[in-house]
Amino acid sequence: RVSSDGEPPKFQPPPKPVIIDRKTQKEERRFLSPEFIPPRGRTDPLKYYIERKDMIQRRKVFNIPEFYVGHVLAVTTADPYASDKSKRFVGICIQRGGKGLGATFVLRNVIEDQGVEICYELYSPRIQAIEVLKLEKRLDENLMYLRDALPEYSTFDVNMKPVPRMDHEEIPVNKLQVRMKPKPWSKRWERPKYNIKGIKFELPEHKMKAAQKWSQPWLEFDMLREYDTSKIEEKIWKELSEELEK
Amino acid sequence: SITGACRAIQKLTCVRVVDNSTLGNTPYHRPPKCIHVYNKTGVGKVGDKILLAIKGEKKKALIVGHKMPGSTMTPRFDSNNVVLIEDSGNPIGTRIKTPIPYTLRRREGEFSKVLAIARNFV
Repeated sequence: RVSSDGEPPKFQPPPKPVIIDRKTQKEERRFLSPEFIPPRGRTDPLKYYIERKDMIQRRKVFNIPEFYVGHVLAVTTADPYASDKSKRFVGICIQRGGKGLGATFVLRNVIEDQGVEICYELYSPRIQAIEVLKLEKRLDENLMYLRDALPEYSTFDVNMKPVPRMDHEEIPVNKLQVRMKPKPWSKRWERPKYNIKGIKFELPEHKMKAAQKWSQPWLEFDMLREYDTSKIEEKIWKELSEELEK
Repeated sequence: SITGACRAIQKLTCVRVVDNSTLGNTPYHRPPKCIHVYNKTGVGKVGDKILLAIKGEKKKALIVGHKMPGSTMTPRFDSNNVVLIEDSGNPIGTRIKTPIPYTLRRREGEFSKVLAIARNFV
């Protein structure tokens, strides 16, 4: 380029290359699927060890993405009675239950004013693909109250495109306060037993106070109910990383 | 539907008619209720035939979806859905907007006409 003065342009050194060490960043954040953690009980840990081996085998063949309750997923399953032998269902994950190979998750969507929920097994060979369309955690781990909420909170477009994910670090928490249909509800969600933070209760004050009668504040201090999973998680994480590297 | 914690369909359950027939869609002061389930057990699941009482008349119907959770991979609906049917098995309505489970396709021979008028499958 020639500048207006006729002199050669000032030398500008090239920008320094920014080295992003992606390997260390990925190692910092690890997600252990909740179905790997064995429940508290007196069963032989050998059973859980064998189940974990089978789960890892399945994960090597089929990619199960990391997802939490509140994500919007699209699942394609094989079905002999469907056209093209496969069917696709899009929905928000309400609940993740079960441990080991029987781990399930429930997807909910409202199609043509009709609420539909399907309970899928994570490790079922009938599942052909799981795609995460929208990544967001909610304030609770159990979104069963969406059944009694206004249908607009459970509707998701079937042809929704996957929302591109920006950071590889954090999963955004959606602090949405959901509005409910008028009572009666399927469960009394205002009671402290459910400990729900994601509902905008429009009930009068005396009803909220009356619901607090059923609170059990001693439960959080109960030592017999404690289940510390940090050490178990460490062991399982080591096992997993060894097996997956093979 | 009006019933609260109802499970599968049995006698005296209120039911929601899902096709576009006049009998199912005209408002009446009483909701359509099941009077009899054509089953060995009195409990109706998806694909069973029942007798409904609508607007003072008796009509047969086919269960298309219920609130009770079934096996995994099968859909669970938020209301007990039903399609009005004749004795021969021909549906009375001409269109079914609400989604219908794929499991009904197994009995293609009996329900072929109902499946033909269905739009969405789940």
